[in-house]
Amino acid sequence: MSYLEYTVKHVPSGPKKIFYLNWPLAVLLAAVAGVGFLMLYSVAGGSFSPWAEPQMKRFAMGFVLMVIVAMVPIWFWRNMAGVAFAGTLLLLLGVEFFGTVGKGAQRWIDLGFMRLQPSELAKVTLVMILAAYYDWLPSHKKSRPFWVLIPVLLILIPVAMVLRQPDLGTSILLLAAGGGIMFIAGVHWAYFATVIGAGVGLVAAVFQSRGTEWQLLKDYQFRRIDTFLDPASDPLGAGYHITQSKIALGSGGWTGRGFMQGTQSRLNFLPEKHTDFIFTTLAEEFGFVGAFSLLALYALIILFCVVSALSNKDRFASLLTLGIALNFFLFFAVNMSMVMGLAPVVGVPLPLVSYGGSAMLVLMLAFGLAQSAHVHRPRQSY
Amino acid sequence: MKKPRVDVEANHRLLTRRAAVLGGLQLAFVGALGARMQFLQVDQADQFRLLAEENRINIRLIPPSRGEIFDRNGVPLARNVPSYRIVIVREDAGDIEETVAKLGQLVSLDPDEVERALTEMKRSAPFLPITFADEVSWDDLSRVSVNAPALPGVTPEVGLSRVYPFGSDYAHVLGYVGPVSDYDLERIEDPDQLLRIPRFQIGKVGVETKLEENLRGKAGARRVEVNAAGRIMRELDRKDGIAGSDMQLTIDSKLQSYVQARLNGESASAVVMDTQSGDILSIASAPSFDPNLFVRGISSRDYRSLTENKYRPLASKSVQGTYPPGSTFKMITAMAALEEGLIGPDETVYCPGHMTVSGRRFHCWKRGGHGWVDLETSLKRSCDVYYYDLAVKVGIEKITAMANRFGLGERHDVPMSAVAKGLTPTKDWKRRTHDQSWVVGDTVNASIGQGFMLASPLQLAVMTARLASGTAVTPRLIKTIDGIEQPSGAGESLGMNENNLRKMRRAMYAVVNDRRGTAYGSRIIEDAVRMAGKTGTSQVRNITAAERARGVTRNEDLPWERRDHALFVNFAPYEDPRIAVAVIVEHGGGGSKAAAPIARDITLQALYNGDPPLEAYPTKDRDRIETQQEVLRGIRPEANIAGRDQA
Repeated sequence: MSYLEYTVKHVPSGPKKIFYLNWPLAVLLAAVAGVGFLMLYSVAGGSFSPWAEPQMKRFAMGFVLMVIVAMVPIWFWRNMAGVAFAGTLLLLLGVEFFGTVGKGAQRWIDLGFMRLQPSELAKVTLVMILAAYYDWLPSHKKSRPFWVLIPVLLILIPVAMVLRQPDLGTSILLLAAGGGIMFIAGVHWAYFATVIGAGVGLVAAVFQSRGTEWQLLKDYQFRRIDTFLDPASDPLGAGYHITQSKIALGSGGWTGRGFMQGTQSRLNFLPEKHTDFIFTTLAEEFGFVGAFSLLALYALIILFCVVSALSNKDRFASLLTLGIALNFFLFFAVNMSMVMGLAPVVGVPLPLVSYGGSAMLVLMLAFGLAQSAHVHRPRQSY
Repeated sequence: MKKPRVDVEANHRLLTRRAAVLGGLQLAFVGALGARMQFLQVDQADQFRLLAEENRINIRLIPPSRGEIFDRNGVPLARNVPSYRIVIVREDAGDIEETVAKLGQLVSLDPDEVERALTEMKRSAPFLPITFADEVSWDDLSRVSVNAPALPGVTPEVGLSRVYPFGSDYAHVLGYVGPVSDYDLERIEDPDQLLRIPRFQIGKVGVETKLEENLRGKAGARRVEVNAAGRIMRELDRKDGIAGSDMQLTIDSKLQSYVQARLNGESASAVVMDTQSGDILSIASAPSFDPNLFVRGISSRDYRSLTENKYRPLASKSVQGTYPPGSTFKMITAMAALEEGLIGPDETVYCPGHMTVSGRRFHCWKRGGHGWVDLETSLKRSCDVYYYDLAVKVGIEKITAMANRFGLGERHDVPMSAVAKGLTPTKDWKRRTHDQSWVVGDTVNASIGQGFMLASPLQLAVMTARLASGTAVTPRLIKTIDGIEQPSGAGESLGMNENNLRKMRRAMYAVVNDRRGTAYGSRIIEDAVRMAGKTGTSQVRNITAAERARGVTRNEDLPWERRDHALFVNFAPYEDPRIAVAVIVEHGGGGSKAAAPIARDITLQALYNGDPPLEAYPTKDRDRIETQQEVLRGIRPEANIAGRDQA
């Protein structure tokens, strides 16, 4: 079903569109961001600077960006998918040459007014190109090897480039999100079984490679895996993050120690307390009730996206929305697993809560696309 | 390009199905996250809360001040004085090299110490104070304080350090303190957390270690909240420690200083005891050493000079040294015989200068013999044969039992290091340790305090005190703890026939005051303070036949370490005994010549509570004594409270 089939008169147009936004979703996003402001205010020791205030400004910017993107018809975004993806690849290439090195990885391009992280952008554009691809592909061809190979390449090219930066966390997220869209699009399950089987084999190979010349991961990545598997082995060294984060979480108890009363974050026992580990502060200060509420908010966001996607008869729109939801899910699932000691520390921020401009803007851009799909969904003639 | 409607519908159904599968997986994962949260935050909350508190709260110990030690009159013997050190906090100091250079212009810094401090500083957190100079003088400290504005991050700190104002006079009694060593920590079961404080001082020897528990006190504690880097954010609460108990020794510091000075130059030991209460008024061992050196950490050169000295300054001879008591033991043999009723009122023994017991000939010290001697004469002139004769009659069991009743062979309970038990041999003991059976010759040797018999100066003092008082008095060194009077050493009656004891005392009186007594040269002529005593000369080894052939018969001809030990025990005043004294001069030769004069001087000093009038001495000695008193006044240290300049 292409946009030519839309009965244009059934799609809202002009400023009226604003009423057709998925408002519950927008409110949920704002609520999560609000939690973020509260926590950033708390970890700064009860101060809007240096984190809470810029974060609020960025969210306001992001919200406006989301509304603007949502106002643009979804078919325009579909047509832009190829361009956006190609542009992302160029930017990733740019990182190779002009990127800024930070924390042992080359991830950013300094644009002067902001630092752009093209790997963040890749998460959105990859979803767009895959959704556009499966929208275009006649459905009987979708499980043929050749037509499977094309999306696989579309996924692997950005994954490989991000891995070179190196940024293991983001490349895994890209891989999972891309695979997820292929799965939703209906590619035969045997491919996934094969890939998962191969993946297990690869993990085995990675561990085998340790200490040899063709070592596949950096030493610090191996160490992170080691300490993930046994954080107690090195409680003051590499296992410090996980151990301290679990202590913070656990000491929260049912209702937490109270706003700005978390000793673990206030006394700097927590690493990266305003970015990757901000969830631990929430869990420490508001306890199980607070932490579970945030999880519920996240789940509701996913739920609203899925409902919106499934009620949308436009294939591109539903694939795009599901892909974005999946991305979002992977974001918070990996972050929470990490701080709760269920996954190695891979450096994935908590979406909309962690301090950071690039990630927030890209995320709001993505939700703008989902909103656009929602606003411009094909409607039955009433 | 229009797709068939059916295809679209089928596609959407597949999409919905797949999305449902994926959504289900996501929901399951969210459930897992929720379960994990519940596990960490609800099930294990208590444990993690505890860990968080452990992270946050540090306990910092506040060391208590150590109990001080005084003499019986309240003169301080061990004190705590402020010791100053200069510390630098890196984060406040700015350019550390420059600050240290500036500090070096004001006070002399040891380059090694600075090197060590800089290394330590690099390793530790920037807010921790690092010591750059220890034991800084008050002058240096004032210079630093005045220039404080030019020295950012430099602060003087005050601690307490142990000082012994009388230096070497109490080295063997009090011992000394020193920083806790790894060896100490290993030795102590379940060590007090205090001991882990760097530079914390504990008793190493003597009273300082024996009464460590009383002296140390209880640590106070500050509970502080720290951040991840260990910086103290705030103090949560504070509990002050309990200072260690002050205590008073029974020692009279004036007498102790005199005795120590009087023994100067000899390898000797002396003990002065109250005959009634058992209070040790003085317990000295010479040569001695300055315990303050050990507190600060003794240099290896100083330490070597102490260990290589043949007079063994480190040995506490008064309690640790055991010697054959020699003739001072004769009172015990005599008492054993008297109590058994084996000596008739006018019984005499003929001394031809030797006596043959089971085929072996035992000599009297006087080759020509003493002729007919009775009990008093035998003691007065120290006739050996008389006691050989008694020994054969009484037997070793009775002699040893009597020795034990007088406190020989018993480890007296005084809080000093290495208190020796001495030795009062029995038949059993010899079979056990030498695998030989007792022979009557052993008994003969024992009767004059030779052979296996061993006693320490403290034990001899106790023996003499018991003879004088007729009670089982025990030595007491600690007078009060925290102002509370400690149990007296006064004892029950020995349960011996008072007539027998009186006979012994009269005989001892004769030793000193009879013209033919062995210690007549050391008599006191002031009637109120006349003393009674007994000389002793204990052989270190026999003069060999070869030496005798070379003409060596006199002690003075032998090298120092093979000469006889000189002993003397006495009590005074004779009429109403108040003090008992035991003196041993190692390798000093004869007891009458080397030990008795010292004992007399000490006795008079104790009874007159200071230098006695020269009239107490026989006329011919007075000039010599006058000079001696003057010399000794020069040697005796003034109490040096600061304790710094004493070598």
